Amino acid sequence: MSENHQHTHIVPLSVYYTIFAALLVGTALTVWVAYIDLGALNTVVALAIACTKATLVVLYFMHVKYASKLTWAVVSGSVFWLLILLALTFNDYLTRHLLTYG
Amino acid sequence: MASTAPIAPLPTLPKKHYLNDGTTVASWLLTRDHKRIALLYLVAVTVFFVIGGLFAVLVRLELATPAGDLLSDDSYNKVFTMHGVMMVFFFLIPAIPGTLGNFLIPIMIGAKDLAFPKLNLASWYIFMIGATFGTYSVLNGGLDTGWTFYTPFSTVASTSAVVPAALGVFINGFSSILTGLNFIVTIHRMRAPGMTWFRLPLFVWSHYATSLIMVLGTPVLAITVVLVAAERIFSFGIFDANRGGDPVLFQHLFWFYSHPAVYIMVLPAMGVMSELVAASCRKPVFGYTFVAFASLAIAIIGFFVWGHHMFVAGQSVYAALIFSILSFLVAVPSAVKVFNWTATMYKGAVSWQTPTLYAIGFIGLFTIGGLTGLFLSSVGLDIHLTDTYFIVAHFHYIMVGGTIMGYLGGIHFWWPKMTGRMYNELLAKISAALIFFGFNLTFFPQFVVGYLGMPRRYHAYPPEFQMLNVLSSAGASILAVGYALPLSYLIYSLKYGKVAGNNPWGAVGLEWTTTSPPPTANFEETPLVTWDAYEYPARVEGHVA
Amino acid sequence: MSPETSAAAEHHHHPALAHHFDSLAEQNEAATLGMWVFLVTEVLFFGGALMAYSIYRSWYPGAFASASHHLDVTLGAVNTAVLIVSSLTMAMAVHAAQLGERGKLKAFLLITMVLGATFLVVKGFEYHEKYVEHHIPGLGLPFDYSAEPQFAATAQIFFSIYFVLTGLHALHMIVGLGIMTWMYIWAANGTIDKDYSSPIEISGLYWHFVDIVWIFLFPLLYLIGRHASGAH
Repeated sequence: MSENHQHTHIVPLSVYYTIFAALLVGTALTVWVAYIDLGALNTVVALAIACTKATLVVLYFMHVKYASKLTWAVVSGSVFWLLILLALTFNDYLTRHLLTYG
Repeated sequence: MASTAPIAPLPTLPKKHYLNDGTTVASWLLTRDHKRIALLYLVAVTVFFVIGGLFAVLVRLELATPAGDLLSDDSYNKVFTMHGVMMVFFFLIPAIPGTLGNFLIPIMIGAKDLAFPKLNLASWYIFMIGATFGTYSVLNGGLDTGWTFYTPFSTVASTSAVVPAALGVFINGFSSILTGLNFIVTIHRMRAPGMTWFRLPLFVWSHYATSLIMVLGTPVLAITVVLVAAERIFSFGIFDANRGGDPVLFQHLFWFYSHPAVYIMVLPAMGVMSELVAASCRKPVFGYTFVAFASLAIAIIGFFVWGHHMFVAGQSVYAALIFSILSFLVAVPSAVKVFNWTATMYKGAVSWQTPTLYAIGFIGLFTIGGLTGLFLSSVGLDIHLTDTYFIVAHFHYIMVGGTIMGYLGGIHFWWPKMTGRMYNELLAKISAALIFFGFNLTFFPQFVVGYLGMPRRYHAYPPEFQMLNVLSSAGASILAVGYALPLSYLIYSLKYGKVAGNNPWGAVGLEWTTTSPPPTANFEETPLVTWDAYEYPARVEGHVA
Repeated sequence: MSPETSAAAEHHHHPALAHHFDSLAEQNEAATLGMWVFLVTEVLFFGGALMAYSIYRSWYPGAFASASHHLDVTLGAVNTAVLIVSSLTMAMAVHAAQLGERGKLKAFLLITMVLGATFLVVKGFEYHEKYVEHHIPGLGLPFDYSAEPQFAATAQIFFSIYFVLTGLHALHMIVGLGIMTWMYIWAANGTIDKDYSSPIEISGLYWHFVDIVWIFLFPLLYLIGRHASGAH
């Protein structure tokens, strides 16, 4: 009830066009960079581009930039819980070669 | 403030209420009223509790003698598996949220219904479809993997009905997710004017925390059982060590949900507890804010500890170390709750009604369950105790001593609100006592026999363990009588029980301000909340007036 | 009429207002929050499969790099572009719905659906190619990885995860097409109007989410390890 803000925020079409262009550029970029040998950085760059694209979609196409704090909390909560899953599992896999028992 | 006595001299049932607003079968099966859907859940989970209980009877009968004489080893595997699957997925997880949560959350926050009434009904149907698959797998040869579906046994070795059971669990997960989603949106968006977050009853807080786990954890279980089913149907090799897969990955995914699922089961019972303790002592819950945030802390920290189920599964020592430390941490908010309930009771004018008995039983049993959990968080001790009866005793103290005590206490506390009538108090007290003693006699010996080294999940055992097992089986028969009693006197009370009146306990809370049973829209007009939760004893008279 | 007064006038009369809400605005807020919470569950649902992917990629980088070479980058990139265009048209459908432009709304929904179907058709061609090349694990089909026999077993894990992830994504696309059909009907019969555009908005949230999943799947499955061609 506290988040009873103006419900409909109409995003100007020009914003949509800009984001759309950025997403296409990002796609081209990620394909192009995939063929360049950056060593371990290839994965990092690919994920960074994907995260940037996803963030643009979330912020503008899904209107989170204009949304309530609650929506922000929900979005960041989902990312946080995904990180818990990945972090604590990798904590096992990345240290397993060091010492195991049982 | 009118000085009406808390119990009106001759209360009568309201003329029009949710139970007589439509009497056809369709008015029940197509209802969108959260109160009727709660009763649909009540009937359904009772059925699955009885089925799960029958499997428990078989287990205890088999273990009365050391020889594996009653059931073959294969049948025994199926019997304890089906006991676990039925109880965990089709009773413990939906029991309190589905019945009490559904019934009470909208009323407690002053709303007309949950945010998505159609979705709520859909949750029940999805639950029933999932349970049908579960029951189908029972009738169709049974499941023998244990309720945990461990790979690689479940994916390459078991010849039992793994896919239907997994499908049942998967579908049931959707029901759980939709219920959690509905509660979260309802608690955020549907609160009555003046009902701020810190005026919410702790029952609502604990259901909010529960819903967070349902929403964040259940989808991981869903993808896990999808992978298991895919392994079986398509013979993929994701969890097959022979083909480069890792069975331990299954355990990570499974316990990411299934450890927090323990809190899905016990947090709602903790919410019930806060209400019962306050009402039976007529005191505000000690440290309201701490109890509220303890619920959230349990929900969040509960996601960091799953690896303590895998100390001997071959995970790295460093992972075990971290999981062990984090597991000790989750005991803190649980302890905060226990201390606060006891502090609430301290110098309270305790009224010895049936719900009070369940509340006190819960505190004792949950404390034992929680403290033995600390044994298991410590890696060294856990290696000795893993897969022994100590584990079985520990989680039954949480699941039965916690969740079922909370569930039954809550049913007894809100029964007059749900039905408008009182049950036989004497029988109820006898049954509460039988359950408490029967439960302890069943499960306390299992701590001992487990510590002595008796492994779980075998149909035969060395003769020196017989004494303790006979005690356990004897306790189980007392427990069974204790569970059968409420079924009879509660049903009897539906027709012949004394009319309860709006507030038979003299309790505070919005649910006690409306009629018993409540009208379909819950309140004559939307309440305006100007008081905190648990304003005992000052507000009691004001509420009844 | 200013938007404020028209909204106030609609509050008590709008046919879409459910009995347990005081206003359409509250109802819309609840629906939007509900969809966001649902999307959280979707993140963790795909997250479980992504974790299996991450573990095995870290265990078997060679086999995963080798196996991802058997996916068609061009088709993957084209499909990525198709989904991005569909996200744009979806956003424009929401824009049209908010302004009450029914004709444009219907047109954009239709284009979105055509693009979604295009994605599925392309995906179908890719699956067929896997079938022809004997790269489908399980189902009793022959799995042939004789060119690099050292990766035969673990490449199966890659393809298992590939089919799980893309299959679940495709399933979500199909559900999305169903939702879009439903929304098209509501747009056509006038259920959707300027004050009740939230069904289009929350359907849009779902559609964009499915797009985001693909934004991650494309580099993870098709691209990472691509630079190391011929290294094995």
